[in-house]
Parts: sequence; C-alpha cells; structure tokens
Amino acid sequence: MAGYAGTFLRINLSTGQIDKESLDLELAAKFIGGRGLASYFLTQEVDPDVEPLDPANKLIVATGPLTGSRAPTGGRYMVVTKSPLSGTIASSNSGGFWGAELKRAGYDFIIIEGKSDKPCYIHINDDTVEIRDAGKYWGKLVGETTDLLLEDTGDPKARVLTIGPAGEKLSLLAAIMNDKYRAAGRSGVGAVMGSKNLKAIVARGTGKLKPAREDECKSVVKNALKKIRENDVTSKGLPTYGTSVLVNVINESGIYPTNNFQESYFPTADKTSGETLAEKYLVRNVACFACPIACGRYSKVGEVEGEGPEYETIWSYGASCGVDDLEAIIKANNWCNEYGLDTISAGATIACAMELCQKGLVDPDEIDGPALEFGSGEAIVEWTRKMGESEGFGAKLALGSARLAEQYGAPELSMSVKKLELPAYDVRGIQGHGLQSATSNRGGCHVRGYLIAPEIIGLPEKLDPLSLEGKAVWVKIFQDLTAVIDSLGLCLFTSFALGADDYRDMFNAIAGQDLTTESLLQAGDRIWNLERMFNLNAGVGPEQDKLPRRLLAEPISSGPCKGHVHRLPELLPEYYKERGWDEKGLPTEEKLAQLEIA
Amino acid sequence: MVVEVRLFASFREGRFKEKELELPEGSSLGDLLAQLEIAQKDAKITIVNGSAVSAEHKLSDHDVIAIFPPIAGG
Ligand code: SF4
Repeated sequence: MAGYAGTFLRINLSTGQIDKESLDLELAAKFIGGRGLASYFLTQEVDPDVEPLDPANKLIVATGPLTGSRAPTGGRYMVVTKSPLSGTIASSNSGGFWGAELKRAGYDFIIIEGKSDKPCYIHINDDTVEIRDAGKYWGKLVGETTDLLLEDTGDPKARVLTIGPAGEKLSLLAAIMNDKYRAAGRSGVGAVMGSKNLKAIVARGTGKLKPAREDECKSVVKNALKKIRENDVTSKGLPTYGTSVLVNVINESGIYPTNNFQESYFPTADKTSGETLAEKYLVRNVACFACPIACGRYSKVGEVEGEGPEYETIWSYGASCGVDDLEAIIKANNWCNEYGLDTISAGATIACAMELCQKGLVDPDEIDGPALEFGSGEAIVEWTRKMGESEGFGAKLALGSARLAEQYGAPELSMSVKKLELPAYDVRGIQGHGLQSATSNRGGCHVRGYLIAPEIIGLPEKLDPLSLEGKAVWVKIFQDLTAVIDSLGLCLFTSFALGADDYRDMFNAIAGQDLTTESLLQAGDRIWNLERMFNLNAGVGPEQDKLPRRLLAEPISSGPCKGHVHRLPELLPEYYKERGWDEKGLPTEEKLAQLEIA
Repeated sequence: MVVEVRLFASFREGRFKEKELELPEGSSLGDLLAQLEIAQKDAKITIVNGSAVSAEHKLSDHDVIAIFPPIAGG
C-alpha cells in the first residue's frame, strides 16, 4: 500500500489493549491522510459534546501519505482531538523527525483512547508496541525527558514525542513537543495527552517506504525541488533569516500588533528581528526531515540554547508585550519548549494580563512575581516559568487569555477567536487574513489559510490588503489547499514555491492515485466541512465566526494603517456563499452530499 | 527632497540599515532603487509610508521607504 503504511494503532490506555487495524485505502484517499483522515476518525468515534479532558475524548496522532517519503518537507504529523482551550476540533501540526519515524515503523496513525491509571509512555519499535511506566519521567522538562528516554530505551536513533510539565498540569496552552524543539503547539493538545496520563511516545522504525510509481516519483520530486531551489523565498529568504525576517515587513506595513493590539506599529521592532537574531544569537540553521529549506534557527544566549524563536514567538513575547529585548524573548521561548507550552498563546496571554494590570483590573497583591508591565523582559521570562509550573497567578495564565480576561471582567481584552489567541498580524489592515482568522475551524490561527502571502508578501500575486474584493474566494481556496497540504504531511512553507498541481503530482506518484487538481482541492473542501460540522455539533456555531471587538470597532490608532477597522460583517455573507453554506453559515445538505460526508 | 530609507535583510549588506537621503524633486521609487544599485526585480516588497507601492511610484518629501528582498515567514 504505497504512500500509506496501511496499518494504524488503536491503544486504549484504560485497558492496556493495543490493536493493529488495517487502513481502508479508499477511505484514506478520500480524506488524504494526516489532518483529514484523523478528523474523519474523530468525528466518527468521539461525541462532539465530550469534555475534552475526559477519558472519552481521543487523541489521534497522524502522519500523511507523503510523510516519510522523498517529497520535500515530508516529515510532518498532525495531532487531532477536541480542544480543551476552544471546544472546537483541534489539529496541530509539527515537523522534525518523529512523524517519519512512526511511518517507518509501519503505522499511519495512532488513536489513543481512555486514561492510564498512572503515568505511562508508549514505546514503538517496528512491530513491537508497548505501554510502559513513565513514573520516572513525570514532572520532568522536555529536554531531560527526551534525553532520559533515549538513554533508557537504548536506541539513540529513536525519536521522542513528549509533553512537559504544562501538559501534565493540564494547562490549556500545553503543546506536544517532539525532537525536543518542534511543537504541535496550538489548541491545548498537550493537556489532552496529560489528561490521559500519557507522558511520551517513543518511535523507532526501520521499514523502507516505497512510492507506488518509482520513475514518476523521481521526476515529480525533482521538479518540486527545482522550484524550491529557484524560488527566492524558499532558497534565500527563509534559509538565511528564518521566519523572523517577517518582523520588519509586518511592522513597516503598520500591522504589527503592539501592547496587546493597542497599537499596530512597534518602533523598536528591529531589535528583535530575524536580521538581529542572525547577527547576534544564531548558532546554526536547522532543517526538519527531508527539508531543503531549513528555516529553523538554533540560537544561544549565555547558558540558554535551543531552537527558535520563530517569528510568531518573537511577536507574542516581543511587540505584543511591548518587549524589545531579544535575549529575554529567547529565554521565554526556551521555557515554552521545556515546559511544553504554545508560544503564541503563552505570550499573548501574558500581554492580555499586562493590559488587565494596566487598566487596574487586577489587584496588585495577586501578582506574586515581577510586575506585569508592558516592556518588561523580566516579566515575560518569569511568568512563562510560573505558567509552566501553574504556580500562583501563573495558574490563571495557564488557562489562556479568554478565561483570564473573563474572570477579571473584561472579556474584550482577550485578543482571541474561539478562545485561541490570535497570532502576529493586526487584521484591521489585512482584510482577507482577518476573514480567514474569523472563520478558521480551530480559532485564532494563521496557518489555516495564510493570506499574508498574497496580501503582504505578494505571493502568488499581490493583492491590496485593504480591499475586500475577491477576498472570500481567496480565503476559501487557501483554506482548502492548506487542508490538503496538512493532510499530505508536508510543510506549509512549500506553498511559497509550489502550487496545487505540484501537490497533486506528488500525491499521485507516491500513493498511486490519479486525482485531478479539482478533486484534490475538493478533498480540502471536504475536510474543511467535516471540521465545521464537528464544531457545529460541539456547540461552536457561526456566532463564533467573529473577531475581538477591538479589531471591529476601534480603528488602528497610529502608524501606517491608522484609521482602519476590520470589515468582517461585509465579508462574511460572501464567504458563506462561496463555501456553499446557507446565509446563517451552516453547510447545506446538498453541499454535504456533494462532498460525500452527509 | 529628503526621504528616509530603511533597508532590510540582505539589502543591508554593504549598504546601510537606515539613512536620510536627498533626492531630486520628482524622483520615483525606481530612481531610488537605481541609486542604491538594487535591481527592481530583487526589490520584492517596497513600502512607502506603510503602503506597498511599485517602482513607478513618485516619492514626496519626508516619505519613509522600506525595501525588502523576497522573504516570507509565518
Ligand atoms: S521549512 Fe522550516 S518548518 Fe518547514 S519543514 Fe523545513 S525546516 Fe521544518
């Protein structure tokens, strides 16, 4: 069964039962794999009303058909579950090497059910799959857990996926980490893993993955690599400066949210940019499995070293908290990696707390640590540690900005959508990107349809960021194509150089399919609607397709985009129509029948 | 006229980060790029006072101009 391993694992942690089940190839191709196929299994097997941290919720860790293949960046996996942060479907993507290792061990994905009565980890060594005691690792940071597991299992070539203390303590911002520094970061998936008393999954695989059509595979992969090599963004921009080269572009465009979105231009942003990172702290570039781009950064400040920080992290701890101290940002990023926290939500939640304090809504006696003041490098580092430990006021931060702002009587100060903190773009100045943020199935997120590419960077063509024209169409296509890329097991950054036809060619050659581009994009549409239906059934309806009040009602106060608000109410009807939904935003029966998910 | 020019990423190499430049009245962004010896095809993102513009754009006194090579992130 080329492309797919053909087998998946079902592991019940309550009973200790481990089953190997065969994958239905037709079903797999219909939902592609990864995010799509895992979402199918989640919608089939989990009651949308389930309490996310209840043993009845399931955690699906899934590779795609191109994971572990020769396709460039084919190392990715997705974690799909019901999110404890947002109550929506969660699907968090990660790179590194773990995904390819699971595939080589012979499994497309793992469905994890129930709850172990004591801390455990799963050990996969090709055919041998065991649930083992993890008492020794519980409470340990991600780096130490990874080192100990590799030592104890005696195989330095194994790959480790683990949660840190944040996941164990059920922080709703907890990530699942792999290869120490890579994160399935968003939506609190680490808390679901922690709620099952599952500390880690160690994978080791020695199988060889063969493409269905060898000659065709060689030629389509060669073609994709050539495009990546010839594209200036993927061959120069990303490798030289990493993702944080975006800091200055977004700031100069006047859409760089500052002090919890109170301003949209950060005068000293350059002190935290990719250029400064490269000049002062970069040790080396890092690449994920089979990646010719190598956008990863390994950086060092004194004793603190590791991968990152990425653009979004530099923003969430930087401008968002008014901090221009890159050393402090690197240290806060390091705590996120070690405790297993989502850097976007963690930084943005601290920014929200800073505004709550600024407005006098929090009793200063409650702040059992450095003052939460915009601009404080000390605060971002120490409060991240306290958040990871769920210590004192840090325990409140660990539940995210929506619950925090609600508790202090100012829900509008949480800059989130569906309770997931928005990333590094002030959408008042980027109308298409704002529409995609409001309609994303997992909430405030930039990687469900990265409209920054056309609206700011000019890829594949330049769109006026302030115009509404055609934006609904662009958002739908980007969302569908992204669902395809995530489901194939590739990195979204390939899309700066590749188009839908390239993904089709690689999928067809490697998985032995004969899909047209239209049917591939229709699979993306199918996945999008499937996720939407899960959310609707979970009680997260169209009324949640919204943006924080500040972005809709308060014009940008200064800088290049001064005076603009996001015009969501004008865009939503067109978007619903483009999706083939009714005017209330509900998928119609015809639409679902057409996508064969009725 | 006097404009403020900000260069980013690889454009800084051998040039500068930020500088005030005196330009003849009526200069376009293209003229400025020529003066900086940056090929128009390499200047993928050019922002004047926060708005993306093309090489034909006529510059004015006190404009703030940001010039980027092809880059992306996310
Ligand atoms: S582009 Fe960056 S994130 Fe994507 S696979 Fe390559 S190194 Fe990993």
